Amino acid sequence: MDRIDQIVARHVDREGPLLPILHDVQAELGAIDTAAETRIAHLLNLTRAEVHGVVSFYHDFRAEQDLRPVVQVCRAEACQARGIEAMMPAVATAAGDRVRVETVYCLGLCSVGPNARIGDDLHARLNEAALTKLVEGA
Amino acid sequence: MSTVRISDDAVARACGADKVVAAFDKLGWTVERVSSWGMHWLEPLVEVNGVGWGPVTVDRVAEIAEGGADDLCIGPVAAHPFIASQQRLTFARAGRTRPLSLDDYVATGGWAGLDRARAIGSEQVLAEMVQSGLRGRGGAGFPAGIKWQTVARAEGARKYVVCNADEGDSGTFADRMVMEGDPFALIEGMAICAYAVGSGQGYVYLRSEYPDAIGKLNAAIDLAAPRIAPFRIEVRVGAGAYVCGEETSLLNSLEGKRGEVRAKPPLPALQGLFGCPTVVNNVLTLAAVPHILTEGGAVRYENLGMGRSKGTMPIQIAGNVLHGGLYETAFGVTLRELVYDIGGGTASGRPVKAVQVGGPLGAYIHPDQFDIAFDYETYTAADALIGHGGIVVFDDTADMASLARFAMKFCAAESCGKCTPCRIGSVRGMEIIERILAGGRQADAVEKLPQMHNVRASQRSFEEQVALLEDLCETMKFGSLCALGGFTPYPVLSALRHWPEDFGLAKQAVPA
Repeated sequence: MDRIDQIVARHVDREGPLLPILHDVQAELGAIDTAAETRIAHLLNLTRAEVHGVVSFYHDFRAEQDLRPVVQVCRAEACQARGIEAMMPAVATAAGDRVRVETVYCLGLCSVGPNARIGDDLHARLNEAALTKLVEGA
Repeated sequence: MSTVRISDDAVARACGADKVVAAFDKLGWTVERVSSWGMHWLEPLVEVNGVGWGPVTVDRVAEIAEGGADDLCIGPVAAHPFIASQQRLTFARAGRTRPLSLDDYVATGGWAGLDRARAIGSEQVLAEMVQSGLRGRGGAGFPAGIKWQTVARAEGARKYVVCNADEGDSGTFADRMVMEGDPFALIEGMAICAYAVGSGQGYVYLRSEYPDAIGKLNAAIDLAAPRIAPFRIEVRVGAGAYVCGEETSLLNSLEGKRGEVRAKPPLPALQGLFGCPTVVNNVLTLAAVPHILTEGGAVRYENLGMGRSKGTMPIQIAGNVLHGGLYETAFGVTLRELVYDIGGGTASGRPVKAVQVGGPLGAYIHPDQFDIAFDYETYTAADALIGHGGIVVFDDTADMASLARFAMKFCAAESCGKCTPCRIGSVRGMEIIERILAGGRQADAVEKLPQMHNVRASQRSFEEQVALLEDLCETMKFGSLCALGGFTPYPVLSALRHWPEDFGLAKQAVPA
């Protein structure tokens, strides 16, 4: 639990520190589990229900660690207009159980779609071959 | 050896700009990373002495270095018709400056608005903001000057300036381009606002889907901190909730709570962040402030545009379009010009079927309506909305029924859960659209039981399903606390009215 104490100490003086803390816990520990929620709640003088409510509300936070590589594929309107939906079956096949394919709603690259994100790397102008290659190489 | 300018905007990088930079590096050239001109179909765009080549791949770099590759050359970049025909105020620096260079910023008129604001006093700043006619660029179009005045006159020991950089709409990237390409303009706009309303602390709520913007803006805030002191700005990263672009749920998220929409009143201008008077403005609104506050800027701004839509709008041309990118122009331009003349039609080369303006909550516009002018009131009258100025083009392969279903699905996925029509209605909406596509609905086993005597009809026809969908849309429109539930009917009903054949209906079955 030391790491959570350190993370909370980093942010505790900020106004509304919960989201920055959760971001760091998610990034450093890969998930925000029950034990983490309990500790954060204790340190911030919140109830665990409040912390859990926040964790479960936001799509970015995960309750369980998932060590598989992640490929975020944009499936919002602009990428749909450029044919992302037709590529998804091939993406699912390429991913299998090894890669987690997540849906993201817009990466802000709407003029050069379809787009995907792996970590902080953005990829544009994808066709089915390029996208499945990204998933296979993830 | 000379200098080459290549953008480090996320679009350019996603299209391979970093590899092109490395190739020029290898040849011993000096590479300057600048902001993007906004001609995205040409990214990565390489500029040498004002002349551009694009889109450039690594294997063409050697040719360009020798002055060749004529097939990629577009001539002087600033004279390109896409750029030359724009009226760039907010994006005046796009493509011309290094985003994190304070020298470049000062050399292009940076801080002039802030210096002048401090010289003329906060009352005069408020007066000029009202005069300029600037309206909220986040979509609602509320006059920014009036909002600032409300905050300035509110009682409160602490006041906040919050920049809404949650840009969650598909088809929009102008906020992202400001933050990545001209971050000091946003910082200056926030500092002017803070000075006018008497705030010491600002927050930028930035969505987590924009990693490049987060990095750039943080770096820019560090560099600009002495210039805007005693005002301080901090970036807060969102956590993947579209609804946090709604101002009150954004404030809840900043406070460390679930991003649930708050009831209004109280207005955030009076009781916003931590109960204090708060200005919440979109990135484009705040980035428009510095040039409005320069000498004569408010008058110049007021004279652009049409009707009550003053000034310029950075329009984002996206989706299945040949020449996508950022096009800033005065209000009044028609969709036909934007899609065909400027956008060059679809990227696939097929006919345009529909254009969605204003993000996922905007109506789908039929080519028959393409002559309506880009103006808040004109769009509202046509049951559509301008929103953040994003336009997404679809070719004739688009299935409007599945897009209508997607609108409901998106609403269900992103609903904050506060209001029933949005939380549950959207899921029911998806089901109804599926039933329409299946040609109606048979009664299920339970409904056929003899004791179910109050079941309305054993079999619901196609038309009854359509009526049900329209009824649901009305309920969502009038029974939702915010625009997520309230505007989801726009894409659904516009798709149903203009393309009934995609739902399996005869053309005349649905009155417009």
